[in-house]
Amino acid sequence: MALDTRTKRPAKTSRAVPAALWRSTIGKKVIMSITGLIMIGYLVAHMAGNIKVFSGEEKFNSYAHWLRTFGEPVLPYEGFLWLMRVLLLVAVVAHIVSAVQLTRRAVKDRPRSRTGKPRGGGYVTFTMRSGGVILFLFIIWHILDLTTLTVNERAEVGNPYGNLVATFDTWYGNVIYIAALLALGYHLKHGIWAAAQTLGVGTTTRNRVFRPAAVLVALVITVGFVAVPIGVMTGVVS
Amino acid sequence: MRLNLRIWRQAGIAHKGEMVEYRVDDVSPDMSFLEMLDVLNERLTLAGEDPIAFDHDCREGICGMCSLTIDGEPHGPQRSTTTCQLHMRHYRDGDTITVEPWRAKAFPVVKDLVVDRSAFDDIIASGGYISAPTGSAPDAHATPVAKADADAAFENAACIGCGACVAACPNGSAMLFTAAKVVHLNALPQGQPERRDRVLNMVDTMDDAGFGGCTLTGECATACPKGIPLESISTLNREYLKASLKRA
Amino acid sequence: MTDIGEYVLGEPVVDQKAPDGPIAERWSRRRFEAKLVNPANKRKLSVIVVGTGLAGGSAAATLGELGYRVKSFCYQDSPRRAHSIAAQGGINAAKNYRNDGDSVHRLFYDTVKGGDFRARESNVHRLAEVSVEIIDQCVAQGVPFAREYGGLLDTRSFGGAQVSRTFYARGQTGQQLLLGAYQALERQIAAGTIEMHDRHEMLELIVVDGRARGIVARDLVSGEIFTEYADAVVLASGGYGNVFFLSTNAKGCNVTATWRAHRKGALFANPCYTQIHPTCIPVSGDHQSKLTLMSESLRNDGRVWVPKEAGDSRAPGDIPEAERDYYLERIYPAFGNLVPRDIASRAAKNVCDEGRGVGPGGLGVYLDFSDAIDRLGRAAVEAKYGNLFEMYERITGENPYETPMRIYPAVHYTMGGLWVDYDLQSNLPGLFVIGEANFSDHGANRLGASALMQGLADGYFVLPNTIGDYLAAGPFETLTDAHPEVRKARESVTDRIERLLAVNGDRTVDSFHRELGHIMWEYCGMERSDEGLRKAIGLIRDLREEFWRRVKVPGTGAQFNQSLERAGRVADFFELAELMCVDALHRTESCGGHFRAESQTDDGEAKRDDEAFSYVAAWEYGGELPVLHREELNFEYVKPTQRSYK
Ligand SMILES: Cc1cc2nc3c(=O)[nH]c(=O)nc-3n(C[C@H](O)[C@H](O)[C@H](O)COP(=O)(O)OP(=O)(O)OC[C@H]3O[C@@H](n4cnc5c(N)ncnc54)[C@H](O)[C@@H]3O)c2cc1C
Ligand code: HEM
Ligand code: SF4
Ligand code: FES
Repeated sequence: MALDTRTKRPAKTSRAVPAALWRSTIGKKVIMSITGLIMIGYLVAHMAGNIKVFSGEEKFNSYAHWLRTFGEPVLPYEGFLWLMRVLLLVAVVAHIVSAVQLTRRAVKDRPRSRTGKPRGGGYVTFTMRSGGVILFLFIIWHILDLTTLTVNERAEVGNPYGNLVATFDTWYGNVIYIAALLALGYHLKHGIWAAAQTLGVGTTTRNRVFRPAAVLVALVITVGFVAVPIGVMTGVVS
Repeated sequence: MRLNLRIWRQAGIAHKGEMVEYRVDDVSPDMSFLEMLDVLNERLTLAGEDPIAFDHDCREGICGMCSLTIDGEPHGPQRSTTTCQLHMRHYRDGDTITVEPWRAKAFPVVKDLVVDRSAFDDIIASGGYISAPTGSAPDAHATPVAKADADAAFENAACIGCGACVAACPNGSAMLFTAAKVVHLNALPQGQPERRDRVLNMVDTMDDAGFGGCTLTGECATACPKGIPLESISTLNREYLKASLKRA
Repeated sequence: MTDIGEYVLGEPVVDQKAPDGPIAERWSRRRFEAKLVNPANKRKLSVIVVGTGLAGGSAAATLGELGYRVKSFCYQDSPRRAHSIAAQGGINAAKNYRNDGDSVHRLFYDTVKGGDFRARESNVHRLAEVSVEIIDQCVAQGVPFAREYGGLLDTRSFGGAQVSRTFYARGQTGQQLLLGAYQALERQIAAGTIEMHDRHEMLELIVVDGRARGIVARDLVSGEIFTEYADAVVLASGGYGNVFFLSTNAKGCNVTATWRAHRKGALFANPCYTQIHPTCIPVSGDHQSKLTLMSESLRNDGRVWVPKEAGDSRAPGDIPEAERDYYLERIYPAFGNLVPRDIASRAAKNVCDEGRGVGPGGLGVYLDFSDAIDRLGRAAVEAKYGNLFEMYERITGENPYETPMRIYPAVHYTMGGLWVDYDLQSNLPGLFVIGEANFSDHGANRLGASALMQGLADGYFVLPNTIGDYLAAGPFETLTDAHPEVRKARESVTDRIERLLAVNGDRTVDSFHRELGHIMWEYCGMERSDEGLRKAIGLIRDLREEFWRRVKVPGTGAQFNQSLERAGRVADFFELAELMCVDALHRTESCGGHFRAESQTDDGEAKRDDEAFSYVAAWEYGGELPVLHREELNFEYVKPTQRSYK
């Protein structure tokens, strides 16, 4: 009797919040949305900092220095930066692990249709997931390029402005950067709105604001970041 | 008119399936989609072939039994319309139509176009009710319900449990179905005492049944024949978060 | 073969359980007198409930709550899909929230009168009493009834009632009530008191030592034949309107469960009592598989008409006012378009018989909203009927704001069913029958919004209180598949399946069902005559014989086989159809929804014959000849009067 007697579900072992949240699909989404918002917060600050590039080499480098000395003497040199880095690392890891787990689950749970017809929803999941992968690769490159300077051929320690200009003087530097930012833009266009739903603040009326707001924020962040390589390319920044 | 059909045939749960092509002549525009399949089945029967199995009962869009994915869309191309209410006047002579069952791991194929949706019943059994043993009820007017709450409850209670939302979702998620019931019951004063357990248990069961997570693509709400709004998922998430935090 | 229409007159039946005394006290007296089951014993007692509609779902949930071990069956993939889900209009209850003069007594009175004095007073009174508790129960479960701005429940007046006592949930009252019962049922499934067998069809009743002790069912997925035992069996398997093939019932609705019980000795009461609903969407062609009901409320603002001339094929808009016949307003000036269901239905049939019908095959009349749109404005009409208009357009492709709707009567409900006593127990001890499946409380004609009330009354409040009186003597002997009666029942099921598969003829099941439906609609529908019914019985017998010779059921019994399911149901419909005709033939009066051509007043209205027919016709399965047992009806509180709507 395959279908009539329902399978008895095992009683749930733990109701402890972190564990329960981590186990459930909604909980994982909540983690993704919170970590996503943390990353957005970081990006906004990061973008504001980047824009300083347009005020010239000195201002930009002193900003980079200020970041490293922020909080002294309570915090050691680069202390604030390291705090941020740890927080971001945790966020990125949690975000990615959740994303990967949910994606694997979804792929398993949804046998593909045989019509092979593309579907609207497939587009969203595709851009979120492939965008995520692009972002992941980009973040690694970005760190190797401008933080550890491992892959930046003309890098000089202590001159972020110069390093940045160096990166955007290469064609591949620009391509990688701009492509990644477009991916980010798409990611955030859906992500910001989705985070509002995941955190349960979306309602019919509010979503009339959230939808366009998400697009706007995504646009501002993308444009704000893309401005820098464009600036370098057009010679406004050199 | 004359139509070409590509239909998913599968002998049983453990069998492999395949798409098979059929031609149906003399389709009248006044036929419903299921009546068109009836005609094909009559012919197959007389030809000694196995007729196509599909689920249906009320044929008026309310029981939630019919469940065909037509040209990739659960319940077909017409919005707010179940398969049984879809009529052939939306098709043209010579069209090719692809018909498949709901596809989701939690909905195994029973035969041809028939799937097993008992996971939905399990979700309801784990909390989609208000405990009100017969005889225990106070007078119906003892607790007035604000019209807005009553309307929100009704809007979500309209779910027919068809599973189109799961079939439409690229993740095979049952969030819209689960949300509809949670929002219906949690909107009402009668639903308050069990509010938290309800949402926690129903989501647990939903996850256990093998439905995917939600990416808020909105495909579910587009496919839903009863217009359950996507925002209900947001409310479900809120209820879930609040309940989890209260637990802590 | 026996002569057409012949039957044997048996002993009268008497309802042994009916209490006497003042009518308003009978139900509490019965509850007091009924034996109780020791709470500790309930776990040891099991009950099979066939059906998960309003009646079966509410009964199973309540019995589970009481502590019985319940085994529930339905043929759909989920208990939530029972046909009760399709009820649109609403549910009556004597709450008198409107302070408009309603009371338990008035609901009782209206129901007895509406049933054209062919129902039991005691039962109907109990129904009216319990109606009040139903609303409380459903609200507590979270059923989202329509509410007013103040947060209190809204009601409307329905089906010509003078008071506003119908509670509703938009056009989805049945759905919302059923989901309430379904959720309560699922709660008990989770609690372990109910074992649910969905996609299982009951095919035989097991009777041991004169008691109903179990059923034989087929697992519709695997085809496995399966026996289940219990201390009592409850049938809540719904109505048999599908004997007409085209009806507003769901495709799967069937008589099999009750017919099998009938063959095992349960009496079938008033089989010919069917209700024909006037406002359905007409048939559009031979492919038609079912009919869709449009809410009766449409008649509040729509005007019904046909062309004056027979064979007038002009588009409705081209027919001038002077050449239209608003026949309901003409014949029944007092009630106009709001005459009761049976009258509206028959009038529509009459004008179509005169060749004045409209639409395909001339089987339809117009329901015209143009006056209402002029008077109230399109927006107001849309607010009231928007979703119905949409549904109509979806099905017909016509826009009712521009062209008048076409409507035609369709079979909708069956008042007949298995005979039960006041405890809802059939004449077979241990076999209880509830909901539309029993012959119930509606007499010869059911009032709008009272089937939902009856189903829930039976399931939530009546059966759980009366079944204990029977179960107090249990548990009964443990049965196994080796018991000779069980073996016999199983064999009869497997034999029948094998026989159906073995015919391997050249006609499909549906083609037979369709033909049977035509016969029934033509001769045992709205208007019946001696001659027609005799002809019908002959046709049914021939067709049945042909069925067993020529039907083609593909596949095997050991698989998911929808043709086989249908074949079994149609085979039972054949037998039922003949009994319906015999019952109709013997009842030479016009009554309720049934117009008997030979029994009419001078101006062509229905003429009831209380002298000869104030009884319930309870038929015993006699093999060759059906045996008629009469249960006399006595009216102490509502004196029979002739209905008049002129
Ligand atoms: C279109 C429509 C509109 C209506 N509107 C109204 C209205 O507005 N107000 C009103 O009061 N009434 C209305 N009615 C009537 C009312 O809906 C029904 O009479 C009532 O719901 C019947 O309930 P039930 O529980 O007896 O049976 P059903 O709901 O029909 O349930 C039958 C159950 O039995 C099961 N079953 C049947 N046969 C078998 C078998 N052989 N083996 C196993 N299981 C079986 C089915 O699976 C199902 O679960 C309407 C009816 C129709 C058709
Ligand atoms: C590092 C690589 C990243 C990967 C692999 C990744 C992956 C994903 C995926 C797959 C989703 C969809 C989740 C879903 O809706 O089911 C998602 C959502 C989201 N992402 Fe990312 N992402 C990455 C980086 C980022 C960054 C840098 C940000 C912010 C600046 C971000 C912000 C968000 C937000 C806000 C959401 C929405 C969460 C929700 O739906 O509630 N992500 N991410
Ligand atoms: S939410 Fe909509 S699509 Fe999903 S089961 Fe309910 S009615 Fe069907
Ligand atoms: S068959 Fe009932 S909703 Fe389609």
